[in-house]
Amino acid sequence: MMPATETTSPPLRPSGAPPHAARGEEGPPPVRARRDIVPLLLVPALMLAALPLVGSPASWVTLSVAGLAMGLMIFVMASGLTLTFGLMDVLNFGHGAFIAVGAFVAASVMLAMGPWMGSDSLWLNLAAVAPAILAAMVLSGLLGWGFERVIVKPVYGQHLKQILVTMGGLIVAEQLLKVVWGPDQITLTRPPALRGAFIIGDVAIEKYRVLAVAVGLVVFVVMQLALGRTRIGLLVRAGVENSEMVEALGYRIGRVFVGVFVVGSALAGLGGALWALYQETVTAAIGAQVMVLIFIVIIIGGLGSVGGCFVGALLVGLVANYIGFLAPKVALGSNILLMALVLLWRPQGLYPVARR
Amino acid sequence: MAEALLSLRGVETHIGRYHILHGVELDVPQGGLTMLLGRNGAGKTTTLRTIMGLWRASAGAVRFEGRDITRLATADVARLGIAYVPESMAIFADLTVQENLVLAARSGPPRAERLDRIFARFPALRRFWTLPAGLLSGGQKQMLAVARAIIEPRRLLLIDEPTKGLAPAIIANMIDAFRELKDGDTTLLVVEQNFAFARRLGDTVTVMDDGRTVHHDTMDAFAADQALQQRLLGLSMDTHQ
Ligand SMILES: Nc1ncnc2c1ncn2[C@@H]1O[C@H](COP(=O)(O)OP(=O)(O)OP(=O)(O)O)[C@@H](O)[C@H]1O
Ligand SMILES: [Mg+2]
Repeated sequence: MMPATETTSPPLRPSGAPPHAARGEEGPPPVRARRDIVPLLLVPALMLAALPLVGSPASWVTLSVAGLAMGLMIFVMASGLTLTFGLMDVLNFGHGAFIAVGAFVAASVMLAMGPWMGSDSLWLNLAAVAPAILAAMVLSGLLGWGFERVIVKPVYGQHLKQILVTMGGLIVAEQLLKVVWGPDQITLTRPPALRGAFIIGDVAIEKYRVLAVAVGLVVFVVMQLALGRTRIGLLVRAGVENSEMVEALGYRIGRVFVGVFVVGSALAGLGGALWALYQETVTAAIGAQVMVLIFIVIIIGGLGSVGGCFVGALLVGLVANYIGFLAPKVALGSNILLMALVLLWRPQGLYPVARR
Repeated sequence: MAEALLSLRGVETHIGRYHILHGVELDVPQGGLTMLLGRNGAGKTTTLRTIMGLWRASAGAVRFEGRDITRLATADVARLGIAYVPESMAIFADLTVQENLVLAARSGPPRAERLDRIFARFPALRRFWTLPAGLLSGGQKQMLAVARAIIEPRRLLLIDEPTKGLAPAIIANMIDAFRELKDGDTTLLVVEQNFAFARRLGDTVTVMDDGRTVHHDTMDAFAADQALQQRLLGLSMDTHQ
C-alpha cells in the first residue's frame, strides 16, 4: 500500500503546461480556458453607476470605501460557511454563534487591555488588538470543532434536521453568551491608531475601514492560494463537487471537512472581532443579525464558491451603503432585491459550482 | 480457475428501504479480465458500489486478497489499490484535466512515462490539459475517468460501462489500454453493454439478473452458446452491435 502523502506532496506546477509539450510533436495546439470575469466586473460597474447618483465625488469615495470594508468583513464571516455547505451539504445556521463568540471574546480581551487600547502608541494598540483577534479566532475555531462533532455530524445528509438542529444550536449559544457576558450590550472604543480618517483633499477615508479592507483582501488571497495551489485545496475543491468520488480515490474526506469547518469557524470569529471593532458595540444578537446578510451573500455567490462569495459580499456591502445614503427607507430590502436580480440572471448564483 | 483476487459471497445490499442485491456470488481471478453482464437494472452498478464500500452490504462478505473488506470505509478500500470508474464518470468538472489526474495520483506527482502512455492512448487529454474537465465532450470525459483510474499502478480496476458514448477508434484504444493493463498484472472487473467489446476483452463472464448472479463461465464458452446469451441477456452477442 502506498503511504499517505496528501500533505507532503509538492504543489501543483502553477504554469499548468502539458508535460513534454515543448517537443512540438503531433496534434493540434493545447486549448486554454477563459475565465468568467463578468461577475467580477459587476463590482466596478456598480461603483461607476453609483457615482452620478451620489453626486459628490467625496461622498462617493467615502461610501465606496465603507461598502468595500463592510463587504470584506462579511466575506471573512461567510467564506467558511459556503465551503462547508459545498463540501458536506451542511446548512449550518449555527455559524452566527461563531461570529458572536469572536465578537465577545475580542471585546473582552480588548477591555482587559484597557491601558494599551487607550495608549497613543500604535504598537501598544496593536499589542492589544492582535491577541484579542487571535483569541477570538482560537475560541471560535474550538467551538466550531465541538459544534461539528456534537451537533452537525449526527445529521449529515438530512437537511431538515440540520436546519432545526443548527438553529437550535444558535439559540442555545446566544443564551449561553448572555449567561457568560451578561444581558447588556458591551461597548468598546477603537484604539487611537484605528480612529480617525485619512484626509486626501476633501475626501475622508476612515482608517479602520482601510484596515478591514486589507484584512479581507489578505484572507481572500490566502484562501485562493490555498485552494488553488495546494493539495489540500485541490481536495476541498474536488470534495465540493463530488465528495463520494474523492473517497473513491482514497482520501478520507471527513477529515478534510472537519478541518474546513474549524478554519471556517475561526474566520467567522475573526469577522466577528472585526465587526465588533467596527460597530464599537457587541450584543448577543450580533450572530443572528449578520446571518441574514451572510446567507444572501453565499446564495448570490453560488453555494460552495469562494470567488462567488467574495464578489457577492462586495456587491452586498456596496449596495447597502449606496442605498443607505440615497434612499435610507428602502435600505433594508435592497439586498433582497440584489439577490433576486442576480438569481434572475444566474439562477445558481454568480459562480455556480458543478455538482454531481 | 486461478486464485480469486476478489470474491463476493452471498452479498446482499439494501438501498434505503429497497432490497437490491440478493446474494451475489462473484470471483474475479487474479490477473484476468472479468466481464459483469446483465440487463438494465440487474444490479451491476450496485455490485461495484458495494465492493467500493459506497453502499454497505447488509449480509455476506467481500474479500480482497484473502482479506475481509466488507466493512471497510471507501477511502480504505481505494488504498488497497482498487480504482473505480463509475458509470457517471464522476470527473471533477471545475478542476482542470491536469488537476483531476494530479488528485488521482495519490502517492505523489504523476510519473512522466505513465502520463506519456496515457497521452498516447488519449491525445485529447494533453490538448485540453489546462481546461476545466467539465468542458470536455462526453467521450473525452470517459477517457479522463479511465486515465484517472490508471494514473498509478493498481491491483484491481472496477470499470462501469467504459465504452458508453465512445467513437469506434477510441474504443479500439480503450481495448489496447485494457490489454496493456492486464499484461502489467492489473486485474479488471468491467461492466459492459457493448458485447463486441466484452467478447474481445473478457476472460471470464458473470451474468446478473434481478439482483442475483445467475451464471459464471469463460468468455469463450459463453460467446459460443447463443441460446444461453439469448436466455440470460435477452439478445445474442452477434445480433447486438
Ligand atoms: N439509489 C437508489 N435508490 C433506489 N434504488 C436504486 C438506487 N440505485 C439503483 N437502484 C435500483 O437497483 C436496481 C439495480 O440498479 P443498478 O444501477 O445496479 O443496475 P445496473 O445493472 O447497473 O443497470 P444498468 O445496466 O441500467 O446500468 C435497479 O432496479 C434500480 O432501480
Ligand atoms: Mg449500471
